[in-house]
Amino acid sequence: MREQEARDQQLERKAVMATLAQSTGDDIVRLWNAAGLPSEAELLRGPETGLVTVRGRIGGGGAPFNVGEATVTRATVRLTSGQVGHCYTMGRDKQKAKLAAIADALWQDPTRRNEVETKLIAPLQAALASERERRRAETEATKVDFFTMVRGED
Amino acid sequence: MDIATQAIEGSFADPVFDAQTVFRAVMDAMARPGTLQPLPIFARPPAPLSATAGAIALALCDNDTPLWLDPVLQAPAAVKSWLGFHTGAPLANTPADAHFALIATPAEMMALDGFSQGTQDYPDRSTTLILQVGDLVSGAPLLLEGPGIERTATIAPAQMPRHFVEQWKQNNQRFPRGIDIVLATPDGVACLPRTTRIKTMEA
Amino acid sequence: MYVAVKGGEAAIANAHALLADRRRGDRSVPALRLDQIVEQLALGVDRVMSEGSLYDRELAALAIVQARGDMIEAIFLVRAYRTTLPRFGYTKAIDTGAMLVERRVSATYKDLPGGQLLGPTFDYTHRLLDPELAAGGDVAEPLQRASEAEAMQRVSAILAREGLIEPDGDMPQDHVPGDITREPLEFPMARDIRLQALSRGDEGFLLALGYSTQRGYARNHPFVGEVRIGEVELELDVPELPFAVPLGSVRVTECQMVNQFKGSAKAPPQFTRGYGLVFGQSERKAMAMALCDRALRASEFGEDVVAAAQDEEFVISHSDNVQATGFVEHLKLPHYVDFQAELDLVRRMRAEHDARENAGKAEEKREAAE
Repeated sequence: MREQEARDQQLERKAVMATLAQSTGDDIVRLWNAAGLPSEAELLRGPETGLVTVRGRIGGGGAPFNVGEATVTRATVRLTSGQVGHCYTMGRDKQKAKLAAIADALWQDPTRRNEVETKLIAPLQAALASERERRRAETEATKVDFFTMVRGED
Repeated sequence: MDIATQAIEGSFADPVFDAQTVFRAVMDAMARPGTLQPLPIFARPPAPLSATAGAIALALCDNDTPLWLDPVLQAPAAVKSWLGFHTGAPLANTPADAHFALIATPAEMMALDGFSQGTQDYPDRSTTLILQVGDLVSGAPLLLEGPGIERTATIAPAQMPRHFVEQWKQNNQRFPRGIDIVLATPDGVACLPRTTRIKTMEA
Repeated sequence: MYVAVKGGEAAIANAHALLADRRRGDRSVPALRLDQIVEQLALGVDRVMSEGSLYDRELAALAIVQARGDMIEAIFLVRAYRTTLPRFGYTKAIDTGAMLVERRVSATYKDLPGGQLLGPTFDYTHRLLDPELAAGGDVAEPLQRASEAEAMQRVSAILAREGLIEPDGDMPQDHVPGDITREPLEFPMARDIRLQALSRGDEGFLLALGYSTQRGYARNHPFVGEVRIGEVELELDVPELPFAVPLGSVRVTECQMVNQFKGSAKAPPQFTRGYGLVFGQSERKAMAMALCDRALRASEFGEDVVAAAQDEEFVISHSDNVQATGFVEHLKLPHYVDFQAELDLVRRMRAEHDARENAGKAEEKREAAE
C-alpha cells in the first residue's frame, strides 16, 4: 500500500514536471508573479544549459539509434524548508528552469502543494490542453473524406 | 545528513573557473611528471572520496566517460550518487570499460593490466587511474625519467599498489597503449603518464 | 620546405567588418528578428536543426541570419556551437506512435485508422507565385474540425499482421547504440550508426541518391507506407530522480518506406523497409533518408552492390555537408608552397618533354635528309 502511494506520488510529480517543461517561460513567469510564489531559492546546481542526444527507434519500434542533439537547461534548488527541486527542460531559458525547479520543490512541501497545483500547474495544464486540442482540430480539418464513385447499374 | 543531501552538496562553487583551475593543475602535472601541483579544496565529496580526487572527477568526468570505483568507494551509496549527480558519468560495468577509475585504497587495488589499455589505433582509449594517496614523501621513493622531466625527478607516494615498479615497467612495455596515473594527495596532484619510466633505485 | 607567411590581419579584420555591413544591408530596411525567422521561415530553421544536428529553433534562426541565409554555413555554425555544450545524456527512445500528429499520409492504404491527414503541405498547391503574400495581406485562421483523440498506429504495424513485411529493425539484445559524435566512422557499420549519419546528412545529397535508386541505380520498388509529422515527447533518465524526467517535445518527420522484394537466398519474398527520421518538418529529407537506408541494406538481403546508393563507404563518407564544404572550400586557402613545388615539377617535365620532342624532330629531319 505504502509502495503504491509512493509510486502514485512519483507519477503525479512527473506529470507536474511535464507540464512545466511543456509550458513556455513567459506563461510560467506570468502565473508565478500573479500567484506571488517565491522566486528565489538556494541554487545547488545550474541553471546550466547542455545537450541531450535524442534517440529514435529503427522502423519506429525497433532498436534505438541516435538522431541528434537538443539543447536542455537544468537546475536544482533547495528551499529553506529543505525540499530539493529539479528541473530539466528543452531550450536555453535559465529563468524558466530555475522557477520550474522551485515549483518542483514547493510541490513536494505538503503545505504548499495545493497552492502550486491550483495557481500554477492547473492553469498551465489547461492552456496546454486547449492548445493541443486546437492543433488537433486544425489537423483534423485537413483529413481526406473519400467519396466512392458508383458506376454502372449494380 | 541523508544520502540525498550528501549527493547534491559539495560541488564546485564556481563551476567554470574551478573546473578550469583543476584541469590546469592536472594538465601541468601530466606535462611535468613527478611534480606536485598544489590545489586548494574545491569540492566536499562524501567520504571516503577525497576532496582532491572528487575535484578531479568533477573537472574531468561527464556523461561520456564511464567511471569505475574501487570496492571501498563502491560501498557507500552517497559516493555513487554524488558522482552521478555532479558529473553525470555512468558507472562502468568492468574496469576494462572505464575511461576513469577512482581508487581510494591503491595498496589493495587490482593489477594495472585489468584496466583498459587502449588499442594500437586508439591508445587514448585507455583508463586514466585517479589514486588517492596520503602524501608524496612517506612511501618507497620512485626515481622518474622520461618526457617532461629534465633529468630525473623523485616522488615517494604513500600506499602505492603492490609490485608497482614491476607493474609500471610492464605498462611502459605496452606503449603506445597503457594506462596513465593521477595521484591525488590532500594538497594537490601529481601524475605518472605512461611515458614516464621508473629507474630502479640503487640501495 | 615549409615557409611560414604572416600578414593579412588588417585585411581579414576589414573583410569581417564589410561582411557585417553587407549582412545588415540597407539600414532603412528593418533588421530581421529571430522570432520572424522562426515563425515565417520555419522549414529553413528545421533544415538547419536537422543537418546541424541540434534541436533549438532560436539558435538555428540566429545561424541563418549570421550566415546571410547560406544554409550550409548556418549548419556549420550550429555544429560548432553544439561542441561547446556539455552532454547531459541520451533520451529514452521517442515513440512516434504516440505523436501529436500534424500531418500523416500513406500511399499504400487509402483507409487507415486515423485517416489521411494532409496538414500544412505544399502538395496540391499550384506552385504559382502569390502576389498577395508579397503585399503582406492578412491570412485567415485555419478551419477546425472536432475529432476524437485516437492513437495513430504506424502503417508498418498494419502490414505486419499479415506477416508480409519484415519487422522493425532489431539489434542484438545488449547492443548500445553507436554514436558518430563520439567514435570515428568505421566501415562496415551497423544500421543504427548509419541512420544517425543519414539523419544529419545533406538533404540535397540524399535526395539525389534516393532519386538515383528510382531511376534504376539499385532499384528497390519503394512505396511510402507512411509519412508522419508531429510532436513527440522526450524523457531522460537522470541519477537524481526515480523516474525519467520529461523534457518537453520535439517536432520530427518520420517516413516508413515499404519496398517490394522478390526474395533471395537469404530472405523470402516480402516487403522490406527503409526508415527515415529527421528533426523538424522535412518530408523530402525523411523520404530520401528512407530510400538510402533501404539501398544501404543491400548486402543484408543478399542483393548485389552495384550502385552508388548501396555503397556505404561512399554514401556515409560524403553525406555530411559540413565535412564536404570544409574540404572543398579549403582549396581556396593559400597553397602557395604546394603550388610552387608543382610549378617546378611541371616546368621540369615540360622541359624534358620539349627536349624529347626536339630530339625526335631532329631525328626525323636527319632521316628525311638521308
